[in-house]
Amino acid sequence: MSERAMPRLVVTAPPHIRAPASCRSIMLWVVGALAPAAAWSIVLMGAPAVITYAACIATALLSEAAWNAAARRPQTLGDGSALVTGLLLAMSMPPRTPWWISVAAAAVAILLGKMVFGGLGWNLFNPALVGRAFAVLSWGGVLSALPTKGWYRVIDVPASGALDAISGATRLAIAAADRAAGGAYGFDLSAQYPALLFRNLEGSLGEVSAALLVLGGLVLIWRGIIDWRIPAGYVGTMAVLSWAFGSDPLFHVMAGGVLLGAFFMATDYVSSPMTRNARLVYGIGCGLFNAVGRFFGSMPEATTFAILFMNGMAPLLDKAFAPRTFGWVKRDE
Amino acid sequence: MPKSAFAGGVHPPGMKEMSAGRPIERAPVPERLTVPMSQHLGAPCVPLVQAGERVRRGQVVGAVDALVSAPVHSPVDGEVVEVGECLTAAGSRVTCVTIAPDGGQDFDRWVPVEGDDVPSTVRAAGIVGLGGAAFPSAVKLVPPKEHPVSTVILNGCECEPYLTCDHRLMVESPERIVRGGVLIAEAVGARRVVVGIESNKPDAIDAMRRAADGTQVEVLPLPTKYPQGAEKQLIWSVLRKEVPHGKLPAAAGALVHNVGTAAAIADAVDSRKPLVERVVTVTGRVARPGNYLVLIGTPVSDLIALAGGFSGEVERVVAGGPMTGPALGTLDVPVTKGMSGIVVLGPGDAPKPVDGDQPCIRCGRCSEACPMFLQPFAIGTYANVRMWDRAEQYHALDCIECGACSYACPTYRPLVQLIRIAKGALMAKGVRP
Repeated sequence: MSERAMPRLVVTAPPHIRAPASCRSIMLWVVGALAPAAAWSIVLMGAPAVITYAACIATALLSEAAWNAAARRPQTLGDGSALVTGLLLAMSMPPRTPWWISVAAAAVAILLGKMVFGGLGWNLFNPALVGRAFAVLSWGGVLSALPTKGWYRVIDVPASGALDAISGATRLAIAAADRAAGGAYGFDLSAQYPALLFRNLEGSLGEVSAALLVLGGLVLIWRGIIDWRIPAGYVGTMAVLSWAFGSDPLFHVMAGGVLLGAFFMATDYVSSPMTRNARLVYGIGCGLFNAVGRFFGSMPEATTFAILFMNGMAPLLDKAFAPRTFGWVKRDE
Repeated sequence: MPKSAFAGGVHPPGMKEMSAGRPIERAPVPERLTVPMSQHLGAPCVPLVQAGERVRRGQVVGAVDALVSAPVHSPVDGEVVEVGECLTAAGSRVTCVTIAPDGGQDFDRWVPVEGDDVPSTVRAAGIVGLGGAAFPSAVKLVPPKEHPVSTVILNGCECEPYLTCDHRLMVESPERIVRGGVLIAEAVGARRVVVGIESNKPDAIDAMRRAADGTQVEVLPLPTKYPQGAEKQLIWSVLRKEVPHGKLPAAAGALVHNVGTAAAIADAVDSRKPLVERVVTVTGRVARPGNYLVLIGTPVSDLIALAGGFSGEVERVVAGGPMTGPALGTLDVPVTKGMSGIVVLGPGDAPKPVDGDQPCIRCGRCSEACPMFLQPFAIGTYANVRMWDRAEQYHALDCIECGACSYACPTYRPLVQLIRIAKGALMAKGVRP
């Protein structure tokens, strides 16, 4: 063979072929799965939603770029993880969140939630939830007293029980007040299904439609991007415990952050366990602490802290439920 | 219907249709043959000939007195022109005997190999595992006394993408494979012979079934999944038994030989033929992909030319399958006994090489892919920081180096290489599986 025809050969280590899934393609699938719910929230809520999305996503991207520049490290925006964090954070915030709270939460999510640990792959907790926890702990009063004008209003429910009427910021808050009053308001949980499924303007942006969240989550399971064990353990435990605590399981699965948490937050690769059994136990743990926090806790942030707590447990679960190696009788023979 | 598959594993695209339909053709005799003295696992051979000496086809040109080794024979009648060093596909420099073949070779004649029984004949014929591992076959024909072998498994899985040399051999010479299986079973005192074939090769399954009719040999279709042809996974698929950690396959009552090896064993015993040639698949970005019967020592560049040269833009040339084979930096390396294929890959076939250390995003795909149920991410991370004892706790030494973890990794971490580093460090410390 002549020298001229000889191409320059690239020498790399085997395997020389790779599965099609890359970090970026996985992150873009997650964004795509969240997109229907996000788009629907913008359609229904308009400018306030757009501002929250823009503030969270832009700040997340800029924070990561700034950190990498300051640390003289290669830029990492291409992996898509900052985009997912910004989007998830926005979907966990109420629509009329002041823009400066969104900016602060996104900066904390990326900088303190991820980059200080060493960037993607090294953080112990879900960055978006770190940002949300920071926001609700710092400005809880501001967030719960958001301006009520236009479509965003306090829900008023005519009471059928002993008292006249009940009002609250979210259906979950009304349900809690009714529970505290021993059902005196007669708040009908099953009557809330249609709104929770398709058009819920109260609560965070991502809670706009339970149906769209489940659709996105099922797409991720079908594509093999998330493990069904985490959402199944989470939602299943939430439903069983809600029923055990004497309430409506379907309402409690669809109201609040459970679906966003179960399909999109708890399934974050970095902060969740890596093996099958550990993932199921982790999902059940998320559901357990979420249900206990919701029914017996004093603050309305059960989902956020249930997942963050289980994030901390993830490495221990991986150790405790490590698979048996082929050819070994037990794990540590 | 094939039985259910082993747990773990991956499904790379087969890419076999390019060459699967091409009958085996004999490659022409090259101008020079470079025959390495180390083409097998174990002790390298010492050259027994000198420059200027005449050699005959089948004459021993290198041997060594060691338990784990295999002698090397001249593939042609010709003259030794040099005994020196050469580069092999694996990237090491080894002693080689360079032979100038005579014009006009008779491929049907050779210096017959000696040997009273099957193991000694196989040893004298220089037969090694032709699936790629190149472990001297005779060693496996004398199983340990404490573990009798009840089932001989012939490996016709060919689970590596692109490769079709075993496929064609099963279609074209099934009776030699069946004969080899019977000889192996007699040598080790086994009752059963099972040929495991991935279900993506129905014509091979049919041909083997016809040839096996009326013998003790069974043909078992297996699910198509990488690495179905890995020894432990194949044994599990056939016998539903795990080879215990650190033990030989005989501990599960099994002995595995590649189908090509079985055919070579039949040739050695029945025709007294030494291993001087093998079937090599030349495929990928070449003008005429195909399967060739190639003399050991033929330069890879000749095979590329034989297949019509490169076609389109070429980036990597892999010796063996793309999951485990080394990429060549030069085509000036010889075909060896263990070389099952030459796979030419272009820029679109493989991802771009990645610079630097990419992060593990803890997605768990490597654990799902590992057919040994290891947690490659953990071993890889500990290998990065040289914490060998932790790598051992994660059973690094059980890794079979199939590369499924690296294949599955979305950040392209070199997991199998990191695990190899950990294994090397542990072995150097005296840790044994």
